[in-house]
Amino acid sequence: MTTTAPPAGTRSVPEHSPGAARGPRRPGRIRRIGLPYLLLLPALLLELLVHLVPMVIGVAMSFKELTQFYIRDWSTAPWSGTGNYRLAVDFHGAVGEALLHSFLVTVVFTLLSVSLCWLIGTTAALYLQDNFRGRGVLRTIFLVPYALPVYAAVITWAFMFQHDNGLVNHVLHDQLHLTDKPSFWLIGDNSFYALLIVSVWKGWPFAFLIVMAGLQNIPKELYEAAALDGAGMLQQIRRITLPSLRPVNQVLVLVLFLWTFNDFNTPYVLFGKSAPAAADLISIHIYQSSFVTWNFGTGSAMSVLLLLFLLIVTGGYLLLTSRGRKTADV
Amino acid sequence: MRTIRAAAIGAATLSLALAATACGGGSASGGGSNDSPKTLTYWASNQGASISVDEKVLQPELDKFEKQTGIKVKLEVVPWADLLNRILTATTSGQGPDVMNIGNSWSASLQATGALLPWDAANFSKIGGKDRFVDSALGSTGVPGKDPAAVPLYSMSYALYYNKQAFADAGITKPPATWDELVVDGKKIEGTGRNGLGAEGSNLSNNIHQVFVLAKQHGAEFFTADGRPSFTSDGAVTAVKQYVDLMAKDKIVNQSNAEYAQNQSLSDFAKGKTGMVLWQTASATFKSLGMKDSDWGVTAAPVQSGAPGTGAQTNSMVAGINMAVFKNTHNLDGAAQFVKFMTSDEEQKLLNTTYGSIPPVKSAQSDPAFNSQATAVLRQTLTSSAQALPQVPDESQFETAVGTAVKDLFADTAAGRTVTTESVKAKLQKAQQQMPAK
Repeated sequence: MTTTAPPAGTRSVPEHSPGAARGPRRPGRIRRIGLPYLLLLPALLLELLVHLVPMVIGVAMSFKELTQFYIRDWSTAPWSGTGNYRLAVDFHGAVGEALLHSFLVTVVFTLLSVSLCWLIGTTAALYLQDNFRGRGVLRTIFLVPYALPVYAAVITWAFMFQHDNGLVNHVLHDQLHLTDKPSFWLIGDNSFYALLIVSVWKGWPFAFLIVMAGLQNIPKELYEAAALDGAGMLQQIRRITLPSLRPVNQVLVLVLFLWTFNDFNTPYVLFGKSAPAAADLISIHIYQSSFVTWNFGTGSAMSVLLLLFLLIVTGGYLLLTSRGRKTADV
Repeated sequence: MRTIRAAAIGAATLSLALAATACGGGSASGGGSNDSPKTLTYWASNQGASISVDEKVLQPELDKFEKQTGIKVKLEVVPWADLLNRILTATTSGQGPDVMNIGNSWSASLQATGALLPWDAANFSKIGGKDRFVDSALGSTGVPGKDPAAVPLYSMSYALYYNKQAFADAGITKPPATWDELVVDGKKIEGTGRNGLGAEGSNLSNNIHQVFVLAKQHGAEFFTADGRPSFTSDGAVTAVKQYVDLMAKDKIVNQSNAEYAQNQSLSDFAKGKTGMVLWQTASATFKSLGMKDSDWGVTAAPVQSGAPGTGAQTNSMVAGINMAVFKNTHNLDGAAQFVKFMTSDEEQKLLNTTYGSIPPVKSAQSDPAFNSQATAVLRQTLTSSAQALPQVPDESQFETAVGTAVKDLFADTAAGRTVTTESVKAKLQKAQQQMPAK
């Protein structure tokens, strides 16, 4: 209540100005207030054009029966109401059942991939924290999977996973004799593990990079003090490193989760248009439901459902972790 | 002050321009015109060993066309993996080429979009009339009873290619004519350390081509007369099981073929690892893989019994490439002239000889080039015993759904699971449920 005085004071300043100046000044003021908005307008429109309009169109498409009969002129496609959504979430029907299966596969795959990426990345970062000869070289090598173009990297893996001439079978079967006969990695149930291996191989260097950067910000004194108090390496990691990395990890896990959940390139390059059931990730499933079968309405409805799911997960995650951090700080 | 005003004007103009483009995009209505009579854009499909081979083959012909008509054709050879997506994008946006090649099995699906110029009597008369083309090729240009959505350009058919050395080693003197003989011969070849027959288990289109023919031989159709899917009829189940059993029961197809999708079966054949392969127009591919023409033989694809013919004696789908005109073209007359040029006797002979395919144009077929070792069987099959794939708008969904079912059955076999009539039927049932509701 007491803070009202200063604004009143500033507002009174123009009133002291000579009255003659008032007339010409008003457009000037509009111009002064309007100019920033005018300069913001292109950015705003671009933002609308690049982000919001496609999203709105995508949502609108999900309520239409957009098959090959209508793609030439979308406006003629009949509205199907919630038909596409009902088809997608009818888990007793073939389409809904397949979507649910694909969703569950994706959830399990993402959880495994993110945990492994984080675990391997963090472990590697911790080990490379100490100064030793060749550390720079190792750090560079570790980052190679992340720096390689996705297509080149994944197609190499596809060759390695081949049944007849693949390196994986050569090592596992021909040399180590771990399996009775060469396994199939690109079809059937093993395709899940093939996908997981490639995903972790591709994802952990990012975790490594981020955790390594986070480690640089932890003051050395903390470790020295802990060492003086008799804390061993494991205790130091548990009581100092991990709590200090918490904000870094919060973002890292979220980003890894979103990337992995939405990953399209890896399964597409590995398996082509029709992924085996065991590795039918949701992004490729949606691609198949729209592009390959020419039903863009159903595909859009599935995409909107995916968007909603990711929004809820992200929101819930941020809410939980942020609240946790505040209490931890207190 | 002046700079601020300039910035303000710039910002306002940019905003207006953005708003205008946002509203202006995506209108795909309207038909063709003759606004730009001197140029054409042509999307060619990849027919040769590589994109650059195609460019070298086609460019001199396009130059010839330019000399004759003064119309410059801008060529782009689009890889098969991208072609359908590119055409769909062009259809959606209304921005596309003037003339393009399409896989003939897409004709009905693309016809349904309304993006292609219908070839009615008036349009056909511009290129010399419908009678110039072979009936079997015309059967694969759109839904029966509607004006064709495209014009046949290259025709191909399936045939059984065999390695002469493999046959000699196994003591086979006469190539198999029926499936039973093929299985017997396949086992003989397996006995000599080679694989009997090659297959592309993860290639959805190829799976469809094979089971379509087998279904015909068992008297079954994958679509009813009114265009509804009927994947689970006894004939269809028997057909799919017979194909998968070549690996599962007869064991003349190696299990590793279950994951083949990039023509590995052809390279196995060219390397002499496999004795036989069922393929369409493979001669050019064998050559590019380093196999001499004298090393392989070719015979008609097998039937259940008797000789190839119509109905249950069908032994191939009508494979091929059609040429379509985009309805939104700005050079309608030029496009028709170009189609006329490409389907002229001279170009048909030249291009089909180069690609190892058969001309769908009657007057070009009589050329001796199409009566050679590589082509005589294909031509014979096309004229007497090949059938078009179902000409229904849902054809591409069918290829995906049933092609995947066959792929999964091969994968089951490779994983050591047994394939039974029930498991085949269950997979086909699932495929049918994924088809759009009618």
